[in-house]
Amino acid sequence: MTLMVATVALLIGAAIGALVASAKLSGSRWGAAIGDAYAAVFRGVPELLVIYFVYFGSSGLLSGLGHLVGFEGFLGVPPFLAGALAVGVISGAYQAELYRGAYLAIAKGELEAARACGMGPMLMFRRIVTPQVIRFSLPGLNNLWQVALKDSSLISVTGLTELMRASQVAAGSTRQPFTFYIAGGALYLVLTVFSNRLFEFAEKRAARGTRRAGA
Amino acid sequence: MDTAFLLDTFLRLIAALPLTLEVWALSVVLGGFVALGVTAARLSGSAPLEWFARAYVFVFRGTPLLVQLFVVYYGLASFPAVRATFLWPLLRSAFFCATLSLALCTAAYQSEIFRMAVAGIPRGQIEAARACGMSRWVLFRRVIFPIALRLALPAYATELISMVKATALVSLVTLWDVMSVSLKIRNDTLVTYTPLLVAGAIYFVVNFLLARALAALEYVLSPHLRGRPLFNRAPDVL
Amino acid sequence: MRKRFGAVEVLKGVSLTAQTGDVISILGASGSGKSTFLRCINLLETPDDGVVAVAGETLQMRTRRDGRREAADNRQLDRMRSELGMVFQSFNLWSHMTILENLIEAPIHVQKRPRAEVVGEARALLEKVGIGDKASHYPAHLSGGQQQRAAIARALAMRPKVMLFDEPTSALDPELVGEVLRVMRKLAEEGRTMLVVTHEMGFARDVSSRVVFLHQGLVEAEGPPAELFNGGSNSERFGKFIAKQER
Repeated sequence: MTLMVATVALLIGAAIGALVASAKLSGSRWGAAIGDAYAAVFRGVPELLVIYFVYFGSSGLLSGLGHLVGFEGFLGVPPFLAGALAVGVISGAYQAELYRGAYLAIAKGELEAARACGMGPMLMFRRIVTPQVIRFSLPGLNNLWQVALKDSSLISVTGLTELMRASQVAAGSTRQPFTFYIAGGALYLVLTVFSNRLFEFAEKRAARGTRRAGA
Repeated sequence: MDTAFLLDTFLRLIAALPLTLEVWALSVVLGGFVALGVTAARLSGSAPLEWFARAYVFVFRGTPLLVQLFVVYYGLASFPAVRATFLWPLLRSAFFCATLSLALCTAAYQSEIFRMAVAGIPRGQIEAARACGMSRWVLFRRVIFPIALRLALPAYATELISMVKATALVSLVTLWDVMSVSLKIRNDTLVTYTPLLVAGAIYFVVNFLLARALAALEYVLSPHLRGRPLFNRAPDVL
Repeated sequence: MRKRFGAVEVLKGVSLTAQTGDVISILGASGSGKSTFLRCINLLETPDDGVVAVAGETLQMRTRRDGRREAADNRQLDRMRSELGMVFQSFNLWSHMTILENLIEAPIHVQKRPRAEVVGEARALLEKVGIGDKASHYPAHLSGGQQQRAAIARALAMRPKVMLFDEPTSALDPELVGEVLRVMRKLAEEGRTMLVVTHEMGFARDVSSRVVFLHQGLVEAEGPPAELFNGGSNSERFGKFIAKQER
């Protein structure tokens, strides 16, 4: 569950991040301002607060909409969705900066060469820009992925049964908090180690064909 | 817009801000001292100390803060052995537990920042200091510390802001900080948006001011990086 | 001195004696060990064998448990280092201090001299090397030649007995080399004791009182420049080396 939530959150963050990054890079003052504001807000408020806000707020919104169409009673947004959305929205703010930096790191010459070949903007984006951005942002993505994993533990406050909540329940029912929280922590560490290996592999694959300095 | 309610919410949240800031300040400072120790161990050259430091950073950066918080708050209290020690009155207090847990977590991040900063000092400048006959203490005080401080500032600023956000977690261990007061208002009045939005605004403003202050500090500390553009620099001068 | 880095013996037994007022140029190809030799003198590298003695005082060494050597008394090491002024290839000025602060740092904090006296002397030294107006500037704002002259002034501010120069002009653009060599020439004419590792043949020939040529960690040729540069040495290698440099 933890993995699913974190993955969905990261993907949502990727979509938002790409949008915000392009807003910032667009050259338009409004785009940059909106992008900066978005990043500032979601980097400046606690993740826990965003999670509560999205969870309570979206349920309230949905119920309100339901009332409008005549539905009585409470419509709840599933905690998985609310949690993933909240973490994703925050992750997007950080991913935006990552993608912006990665885009700026692409050698201008490569883009010029693409235009000189007559590549249209969509093709260029698909074949030249995106692969390079992914390659450059992989190290940062590893970091943000692990942040998403850790933030997912906060979703436990909504009752979602991910790793943290499971530890909590086990700790409560067996009256052995130390054991189960340590066990939960150890499992997170395992996820961390796996993630590092996975990203190392991905970085190597993405960098095939490029010469490493000093190699 | 119910301005009376808005004002009331705002005042109640502001009243909780001192607790948030206390937890923040204490955990950052305490964490800083622990971080100095961890960094010293990491750079000590002694294999067991280095291993300990690396393990410490790995564990405290690899696990969620919430888990660490619960281990300290719920976990430590469950041992009769702990309850018997002189530390018990302290450990029973949620404030102490929360601050301790936050401090241990930030120590791991701060230690990495210190380590990277020291590693970033141009080796030549250290050599020049040794060649002048500076003793290790003078070298540290006059060359290593000032340069490392300036190198660490940007990352340290980010960490300080992260810590402000991390204090929101103490709401989950019965402390009445801004986060928990806003949740209480919501529970009492069933109004969701206002208390959470006002709380969010308060955190945002605190972080904004903090970021500004740190940027100003960075500016004041780096006249050597401003001014005329560089020309004809030799390698390793900066 | 002997020194090895891992399996490679860089110095295979090099000895040097300098009298007061000697200006000794140390020449050699890269890898000949000349920089290593110089850096062994103030123990920036630790020689595996050999002694360093300055003005009659010998630096006490001892062997650690893991076999490595180190200075026996750190205070003696620090004191002797303060009597040896070193000028580096990459200047190594402290970037967070102004030029003046760079100069007064060691005299005040290592030699414990009074501040007013040190500042006065520092300003005079800056005038002497030609950058008196740059005292409150930061190193990053100076050209390479100016930075190196500041580094020379910094070494002089400690009133050293001997000046060590480690390829002082190698990192400079050609048009800036001259200003640094001029300062070094002035120092030599004043009678300073100088050990200079350099590639500048002109300086070696015209300014030094003695030339030492190192090849693969050993002294190949040694003697007054007039003799050596005019084919007076019986070392074929030296002849070839000179020919290559002059081209």
